[in-house]
Amino acid sequence: MTTGNAFLFLSAFLASAVEMVEALTIVLASALARGWRSSLAGVGAAVLALAAITALLGPALTAIPLDALRLVVGGLLLIFGLQWLRKAILRASGFKALHDEDAIFARELADAEGAAHVERAGLDWYGFVLSFKGVLLEGLEVVFIVLTFGSAQGSIPLAAAGAAVAVVLVAGVGVAVRAPLARVPENLMKFSVGVMLTTFGIFWSTEGAGAHWPGSDLAILGVLGFVIVVSLLFVQLLKRERLEAVAA
Amino acid sequence: MKWLARFARFWWDFVVGDDWLVAVLVAIAIGVTAALAHSNVTAWWLLPVAAPLILWLSLRRAIRSA
Repeated sequence: MTTGNAFLFLSAFLASAVEMVEALTIVLASALARGWRSSLAGVGAAVLALAAITALLGPALTAIPLDALRLVVGGLLLIFGLQWLRKAILRASGFKALHDEDAIFARELADAEGAAHVERAGLDWYGFVLSFKGVLLEGLEVVFIVLTFGSAQGSIPLAAAGAAVAVVLVAGVGVAVRAPLARVPENLMKFSVGVMLTTFGIFWSTEGAGAHWPGSDLAILGVLGFVIVVSLLFVQLLKRERLEAVAA
Repeated sequence: MKWLARFARFWWDFVVGDDWLVAVLVAIAIGVTAALAHSNVTAWWLLPVAAPLILWLSLRRAIRSA
């Protein structure tokens, strides 16, 4: 496996794991408050919708010339990566609260328990829609990363495999513990995904724009190291700023 | 029309995210890289310089608005 493919697999795995931890919280709250049947039907419908989107967009992306694809995909990944990094840095430096799956679970559970019972097609509609929306919305970002990252690297199946391993792992652990996965180091995973998306975003959009990297593909490692160092530096700078603000 | 507006809004939020300035500045930086590259000027360094600056600007905006 080349370095690029290893990063591809790892990025898809981490992004998928983070999003699935969040989806699991919603599905569990829905299942416990409204029943497993409707909630699992919602999960199934969302998975089908995500598969349809992947099947429609995947072949379309592979038909685009590589340079144009890398320019557009690189730009989108860079925007995505910087957004993920911003959130992760704000959380790591204390400017934004860490994602608390337990608190989100309690809130979703209370909302689901308080909602009126409406039955459609033999299903509790609230439970179905809550699970469907949760999995679809969290899953869309994963589909986007898998398709863009996979097509630009020339291996959508490898990216899909990374995402699938994460889905199976998170779902398996979720079924085993039947509680939100609050102990998953979510921010560290988000930080890692942000770093990788930003790295590949910089690399591919530069190539797509017609510029050439010194060292060709090996430059990815240099960009990766640079993005990690800069991001950690920003965390330290903001941590110090926050401590000074609290002390003042 | 309401459905179309919601659909457009969803994709705007999905792609552009919390800070529209990031998307705009990334597009400008890529455009400048392409312009330099097509004028036979070495341009690989531009995005590695621009990305941290855009990130820092976005972090400052997020902290200011918090």
